[in-house]
Amino acid sequence: MKILVCISNVPDTTTKIAFTPDGKALNKTGVQFIINPYDEWYALVRALELKEASGAGAVTLIHVGPAENDAIIRKGLAIGADDAVRIDADPADAYFVAEQVAAYAKDKAYDLILTGKETIETNSSLVGGMLAEMLNLPFVSLASKLDVAGNVATVENDVDGGTAVLEVQLPAVISCQKGMAEARIPNMRGIMAARTKPLAVVAVTNPSILTSVESFTPAEGRKAVKMIDPNNMDELVSLLHNEAKVI
Amino acid sequence: MSVLVFTESSKGKIRKSSLEAVNYAANIASMIGGTVTAVIDGATDAGILGDLGKAGAKKVLTVSDDKLKNGNPRGWAMTLDQVAKAENSTVVVFSHDLMGRAIAPRLSARMKAGVVAGAVENPVMNGTKLTVRKTVFSGKATAVYAIHSDKKIITLLPNSFPVKLGDGTAEISAFKADLSSLEMKVTVKEIKADSNTTVALPEADLVVSAGRGMKDPKNWGIIEDLANALGAATACSRPIADMNWRPHHEHVGQTGITVRPNLYIAIGISGAIQHLAGVSGSKTIVVINTDKEAPFFKAADYGVIGDAFEVVPRLTEAVKKFKAAHH
Ligand SMILES: Cc1cc2nc3c(=O)[nH]c(=O)nc-3n(C[C@H](O)[C@H](O)[C@H](O)COP(=O)(O)OP(=O)(O)OC[C@H]3O[C@@H](n4cnc5c(N)ncnc54)[C@H](O)[C@@H]3O)c2cc1C
Ligand SMILES: Nc1ncnc2c1ncn2[C@@H]1O[C@H](COP(=O)(O)O)[C@@H](O)[C@H]1O
Repeated sequence: MKILVCISNVPDTTTKIAFTPDGKALNKTGVQFIINPYDEWYALVRALELKEASGAGAVTLIHVGPAENDAIIRKGLAIGADDAVRIDADPADAYFVAEQVAAYAKDKAYDLILTGKETIETNSSLVGGMLAEMLNLPFVSLASKLDVAGNVATVENDVDGGTAVLEVQLPAVISCQKGMAEARIPNMRGIMAARTKPLAVVAVTNPSILTSVESFTPAEGRKAVKMIDPNNMDELVSLLHNEAKVI
Repeated sequence: MSVLVFTESSKGKIRKSSLEAVNYAANIASMIGGTVTAVIDGATDAGILGDLGKAGAKKVLTVSDDKLKNGNPRGWAMTLDQVAKAENSTVVVFSHDLMGRAIAPRLSARMKAGVVAGAVENPVMNGTKLTVRKTVFSGKATAVYAIHSDKKIITLLPNSFPVKLGDGTAEISAFKADLSSLEMKVTVKEIKADSNTTVALPEADLVVSAGRGMKDPKNWGIIEDLANALGAATACSRPIADMNWRPHHEHVGQTGITVRPNLYIAIGISGAIQHLAGVSGSKTIVVINTDKEAPFFKAADYGVIGDAFEVVPRLTEAVKKFKAAHH
């Protein structure tokens, strides 16, 4: 089984987000970058499990980003991916990423292409569906379970009011979320092996720039908290009604 | 020129998130000098389509096709592409809900449309450039995006605006989509319904959420009682879902669901940065915690230092008393 896993580079989840003085970019000083949690914990680990279960094939990582992001690619290799591809560009948006990944993947006959549910940076949830359309493949969004038997994947995903159980003909694109696998921590052997695993750098091809960020603004803080006597819940209810006007 | 909006019904009503999207599309239409065309599944009860007109649609197109049964997103993207051509639409609006997130990226690739996913404000038009604000970094910031392409797609974050219904009416007609080239490669085997789906969490106005401070899944009765008294949805912190004390779809935060209700009540949740990332867009936050140093108090509007097992039943009684007096 040949599986392509799309990984993105995001600030660690505990990062206090700050921007450059012109408000146009993230202030990267002191920021630790990680593989987007959905891509690592769910997409990559599930891909490795499926490969191990099938006893054959390969898991390839793909990342669209500059050379400074190689550290997260090496981390993915240390967790167990066989090889990696970096498309050398600073992507404008999800369309840019999907277009580059599609151009790379179109003649490589992957059985599965996995993405995360969304990046914790853009919260867009777009790349997977775009990729599927560009490659003319079926797509399942927000999958929480993925099994493969022969040419058919059984996938569970969120639908209005519950969970759908789907049968999908491969090849397919799946966006992955919680439920699919348990996080793996790379061991020493994995980290050593990752240093020599192949990481190909591919030039960008005819990128489309459909959107751009004009400015970032940190979220506003709240005004000081009002403490309520734990014996006086009538007061809390009255504040929620009269002051906050939410009930 | 019309602004297209994809809409859905649920439990015999037009979804609230769809009405929000129609309102939003109407704002865009008035800005660019056009009207709103809402597209909906032909199986929708005709008696509720009027609400789309009240929300601002001038036209409602119903689409019936066997291939669209069970909400086939690929088929809907194909359909909306055809509707956009027929209606001469350059802007398409979705709610950033489950179907919106499944269809919008496919439609973007078909139309080569720039997308802003998860918009929280009305857009601004400057010549052919449209700018709109969305949340980024899981609620820790917002960004203004510009869409440069001719065709534009915006998905609206649920609960960003209150729904406004006026006295408008829409002309209703059927649209025949050509889905003959659509390959059916995904088959729905089963839909497992959630046990308590009275209120869908991402759309809920009121949310009661609890964490490890509850100590045992058996103790959730007082959380449910409060939620029922308020008519709220229930949610939980990540460890609670990880331990299977509560279903996974209740997990809010950076790696779970993002909510932005009018009221978020956090009970026995410490307020870790990853939890706050999913709830900080809430209009009012109430925190109930035994530990006065709990970080969540810094992100709260109202705080109660106390034991959940005493405070929550008291709050439930106070809510019931209030409801009885106001109805
Ligand atoms: C990459 C990453 C992603 C993550 N994503 C998420 C996410 O999406 N969502 C999420 O929630 N977490 C997430 N986490 C976990 C997060 O860091 C916290 O560990 C988690 O939110 C803590 O859950 P909690 O508040 O329920 O438990 P705790 O931190 O253990 O807090 C329990 C609280 O209950 C209080 N308490 C105890 N007894 C009582 C009582 N009787 N009455 C009232 N209060 C009481 C305590 O004072 C304490 O503040 C993530 C972590 C990482 C590393
Ligand atoms: N720069 C990137 N390179 C490779 N994959 C990416 C990149 N950005 C996003 N992705 C993938 O697309 C998913 C969804 O991202 P988004 O649509 O931006 O929320 C992520 O979880 C990744 O799997």
